[in-house]
Amino acid sequence: MSGFSLRWYEEFFGSTTWTDALKNSLIISPLATLLAVVLGTLAAIGLTRASFPGKALLVSILISPMVVPVVISGVAIYLFFSPLGLSGSYLGLVLAHAMLGVPFVITTVTATLQGFDFNLARAASSLGVGPVGAFFKVTLPIVGPGIVSGALFAFATSFDEVVVTLFLASPEQQTLPRKMFSGIRDNISPTIAAAATILVLLATALLLVLEWQRRRTEQMRGTAGSAVRPPRRGLLRRRMFEG
Amino acid sequence: MQTPKTLVILALALSTTAFVAARANAEELTVISFGGAVQKAQEKAYYEPFSKETGIKIVAGEYNGEQAKIKAMVDTKNVTWDVVELESAELYRGCEEGLYEQLDFAKIGDTKNFVPKAVSECGIGTFVWSTVLAYDADKLTTRPASWQDFWDVRKFPGKRGLRKGAKFTLEIALLADGVKPADVYTVLGTKEGVERAFAKLDQIKPNLQWWEAGAQPPQMLAAGDLVMSSAYNGRIATAQKEGKNLKIVWSGSIYDADHWAIPTGTPKQALAYKFIAFASSPGPQKVYSSEIAYGPTNLKAVEALDPKRVADLPTAPKNLEGAVASNTQFWVEHGEELEQRFNAWAAK
Amino acid sequence: MSVAIEMDGGVPNLKARLRRAERLTKLKYIGLIIPLALFLLVTFLWPIGSLLYRAVANPEVIEALPRTTQALRGWDGETLPGDDVFDAFAGDLDGNRRSPVLAGAAKRLNMEEPGFRSVLINTARKLDRQPGQSAKDAILAVEPRWGDVSAWRLVARNGQLVTPFYILSALDLRITDDGAIVRAPDDQAIYVEILLRTLWMSVVVTALCMLLGYPLAYLLAQVSTGTGNLLMILVLLPFWTSVLVRVAAWIVLLQKEGPINKAMLALGLITEPLQLVFNRFGVYIAMVHILLPFVVLPLYAVMKSIKPAYVRAAISLGAPPFSAFWKIYFPLSLPGVGAGGLLVFILCMGYYITPALLGSPREQMASYFVAFYTNETINWGMAAALSAVLLSATMILYVIYARHFGPARANQITPR
Repeated sequence: MSGFSLRWYEEFFGSTTWTDALKNSLIISPLATLLAVVLGTLAAIGLTRASFPGKALLVSILISPMVVPVVISGVAIYLFFSPLGLSGSYLGLVLAHAMLGVPFVITTVTATLQGFDFNLARAASSLGVGPVGAFFKVTLPIVGPGIVSGALFAFATSFDEVVVTLFLASPEQQTLPRKMFSGIRDNISPTIAAAATILVLLATALLLVLEWQRRRTEQMRGTAGSAVRPPRRGLLRRRMFEG
Repeated sequence: MQTPKTLVILALALSTTAFVAARANAEELTVISFGGAVQKAQEKAYYEPFSKETGIKIVAGEYNGEQAKIKAMVDTKNVTWDVVELESAELYRGCEEGLYEQLDFAKIGDTKNFVPKAVSECGIGTFVWSTVLAYDADKLTTRPASWQDFWDVRKFPGKRGLRKGAKFTLEIALLADGVKPADVYTVLGTKEGVERAFAKLDQIKPNLQWWEAGAQPPQMLAAGDLVMSSAYNGRIATAQKEGKNLKIVWSGSIYDADHWAIPTGTPKQALAYKFIAFASSPGPQKVYSSEIAYGPTNLKAVEALDPKRVADLPTAPKNLEGAVASNTQFWVEHGEELEQRFNAWAAK
Repeated sequence: MSVAIEMDGGVPNLKARLRRAERLTKLKYIGLIIPLALFLLVTFLWPIGSLLYRAVANPEVIEALPRTTQALRGWDGETLPGDDVFDAFAGDLDGNRRSPVLAGAAKRLNMEEPGFRSVLINTARKLDRQPGQSAKDAILAVEPRWGDVSAWRLVARNGQLVTPFYILSALDLRITDDGAIVRAPDDQAIYVEILLRTLWMSVVVTALCMLLGYPLAYLLAQVSTGTGNLLMILVLLPFWTSVLVRVAAWIVLLQKEGPINKAMLALGLITEPLQLVFNRFGVYIAMVHILLPFVVLPLYAVMKSIKPAYVRAAISLGAPPFSAFWKIYFPLSLPGVGAGGLLVFILCMGYYITPALLGSPREQMASYFVAFYTNETINWGMAAALSAVLLSATMILYVIYARHFGPARANQITPR
């Protein structure tokens, strides 16, 4: 132990296996997040607005990827995707990671929507912007923070995912956590510590964004006043994490 | 008004097809090996010079010998691994099950130039390695000399490391129980022999720590987590080069060859042959054996090596005294059953 | 909407139209769920369904020996099969002497009877029928094992497209030659123990999480908003940090020459470094650390909703503080205990990465064996059967969770 140096960061950024892994993570996670957010948000709106028999069961099924042991999902997807040519491909990983992220989007967006007065959207749409316009002009800004939280969760899930990647990925799709997993198995080198630091910084950034979003929501609640029925502070958070 | 959603889907579809297309077009070859120091040496001896010579990029992957991915790829005709490094039993079993191409040696080189065991139906040996008993001479005043000492918990208190798996572990147990190297597989071929090996392992079970990756034993020995361990000899030699005072006991070591093979149905078969031919030629093999202490399979590479280096290799006559040649046929037949039994035993 | 044009008036008609319009909106909203439902069907439900089917699927022998298995249908199972079966067998082997299909069947039969792999492969490779020799004689000359009824029973048993073999094995049971179900020999019986271990480790982790998490959540719910926010960030930061980072950190901290051992040595608490990692202790520590936020957050949310007035009222009515807590506060916080506890328990059951990196083989839980059979011995039937067992256990708990604390019931425990 002699002083500090940036040597291990150089090693991290100088080694193609690590930078490739980081690059793969930065390709796969955002795409998976996008897919999870689009599908999850649409479904959350549908689930909040429609009531039909078996809805509770459907919700339970839609968020069950969160509780099914991930090894089982991993093996199942792997054996199922292989004949389709999807294992060892970016597309396969994106689909699988999106699947794991969807439950978080559903729970966070549903939680926000429960406090949302849909009459606003109806009013907007009757004022001539049409239902899609109403969605982008009225609904989205208000439920936005919920979507952002869901997206952050989906992103974090994908960005930290090892098990499904372990089964599904070829060496070309080696992600950062996958690389860390084999690194920890072999030996904990200072390069791993460098990678870990990067991940901790990322976690801090995610957390700060989330905290900022939360404060903004609280402020908006102040200005928009009656626009959003006051959802209690605890609700949002509990629902976010409860999943 | 549908634009944003459509756009998103379009973007997603475009970007993913771009990746799929990227793989198909670029001149790349995916080579999977055992990782760690082996892979580092392979990079230096094979991957980099090969890329320089041919302009083909090597995507280097690592694994611990699991055959599942290869089977899934071959079964579904979606093979993305082009060349694989394998231990002998996996090669022979995989060959039987159709996982690997039957090799056309005309495309690789004259089979007379290789040690006889290196040439088989579906694979070409790339190096000879050995599982040895290793310890840290800075930490042990009395030196272990055999697997019997490995079992002597009183004389050498502390944890011992063995590779997690039945292969080599059961042989080691029998050697420690006094079975002669030449008889190991005859004994292990009987029900009583297997019982005997597990009973022997039971004696030191509380003192055992299992390792999986070859990089672990030297590290755990140097850190003092283990008092002694089985280890791949090359990893120990690499650690010695890094200044660690690790020692090898050659008597009772078990040697085997690792092979290159081509998974059945890879679209890059021609390139795979090109790579294997390159990696089996004397020059690169010599570089490899200078990087890591594993014996070359190309006889011309053996001749070209520094005699001092040869003494470190599992193939040095002195090191072969009292060593066991891993019996591939035995492990082809009994591997699955014994691995499952071992796994159940270890988890209890 | 075009409906609006028909104007033959009347209240019932208006009602009907209203209903129709409502139904239409409802359908539109249901339509929004469909893309996700289809997506999960393809990426989750269907894959899991087909994995579970593998737990009983048994195609190998029929594929490799179609004529033999067909001929064996009419066999009594008591005496050596007749020439028709031997002929069919020789024909099947002729067809695929070196094919992967035959190797697949050999592997499958080897699972039930170790050593049978070489019996089948050798027969196929060495079978050489001289002119005039019957198939039976030729086969028996190569491999006398075929003169034994039990070999044929084994083949006949696997001439079915479904098999109970994997599921039984996953429950440490075997099917004997004559069809009886018996316990597996002790040296091979492991899965019941593994399942119990999985449950037990989940119980311990859940209990530890609760023990640590309850006071922490209580503290969070009591302090002022500013301090609460700060503390909450301290709870959340590890939550957002990669599990791998935390596992790596624990290895560094707990290893023999790590800071914890060094500190304890320096303080004279111990004379020899303790084994803190690669054993049960290390796995528990890391799992509790990783799962703690999952109990703290639901507990916190529930506690935040408990009006301080209730406890104050109890105290002012003369209850001692502890009894006020125990009789009033604690029962009100129970939904949080239930939700958090069950959630942690469910997550625990599926843990793989943490035990794999921080434990010895004796800490491995059910997930490890699923991965082992998938990757290492390529016994996908066994992986599927173990998945089925683990999945059933998880689903039972999940149903309880969803019934009592899940999304459908969320409103009832929403803080008011």
